[in-house]
Amino acid sequence: MAYLWSLAALIPLDNYGHYIHWGVIDLSVANFIVIVLMILTFIAALFLPFPGRNRRKESQ
Amino acid sequence: MTTAEIERQWTTRLRKRVAGHLPPEKLLPDTQPAYVSSWIYVFGVTTIAALSMVILSGIILAIRGPQWWHSSSIGHFINSTHLWSVEIFFFAMIVHLWGKFFMAAWRGGRSLTWVTGVVTFLASVGTAFTGYVSQTNFDSQWISTQAKDGINATGVGSIFNVLNLGQMLMWHIVLLPLAAVILTTIHVLLVRVKGVVPPFEDEKGTTK
Ligand code: HEM
Repeated sequence: MAYLWSLAALIPLDNYGHYIHWGVIDLSVANFIVIVLMILTFIAALFLPFPGRNRRKESQ
Repeated sequence: MTTAEIERQWTTRLRKRVAGHLPPEKLLPDTQPAYVSSWIYVFGVTTIAALSMVILSGIILAIRGPQWWHSSSIGHFINSTHLWSVEIFFFAMIVHLWGKFFMAAWRGGRSLTWVTGVVTFLASVGTAFTGYVSQTNFDSQWISTQAKDGINATGVGSIFNVLNLGQMLMWHIVLLPLAAVILTTIHVLLVRVKGVVPPFEDEKGTTK
């Protein structure tokens, strides 16, 4: 259990948050990372092959 | 009872309507069109799975209450499960809605599917917000005092007071989740009634 606590120390949560200021846009780095991950997930969902895609063709 | 009388009963009329719009093979279909075998179609059901986890963990939090989720390690764990399921819920819902937006999935009489999606999204934002202010810690105090002026400026403050913990908790664990679940059910039933929207080319009949 103790080593799990030391792992948590890798992410300092006692500081002020980090923010991106870009003109009228003002957002936290955490939210920015989530938005980037959503965009990457969206692109991956469009291009990664779906398993079993050819199953129906084979059975025909 | 005459046949005409039976035909006029609301039970008879409702059964015929439901059976006409949603016969069992449409409600629980065996197969889907070939174009549905893409990862982009997985995000709707991922959203349902995350929502189920949110509700399950929320039920456990409701059973044991705030003292428990603030002070015991299993309480912290269930609390975190609740929060992280919400994160996955919104993540999946946003990818889902982008997918539907770029497919223009409201085509072919599916506008109500889109609209119920939009309203579910708004209800979910409200559920998340009332959840943040129901935590009973410094974070929830901070969020509610930051939010009150904005919300009161809209006039909603006269009936919806973000500083009223009892009210916020009841919106969070009764009214809004109920709305989200009912809306999601209608949303998915509408998808079943209409069937998955064909790709643009198919509509013009140009693909195989
Ligand atoms: C609680 C949130 C939601 C859940 C659980 C949910 C679930 C689903 C599911 C399971 C499907 C069918 C499978 C699929 O295509 O993924 C679907 C379809 C659809 N969703 Fe959602 N959805 C949600 C939110 C939204 C939002 C926010 C929008 C858009 C504003 C939206 C728009 C649509 C549309 C237009 C379809 C129909 C696609 C078609 O007919 O081909 N949904 N949804």
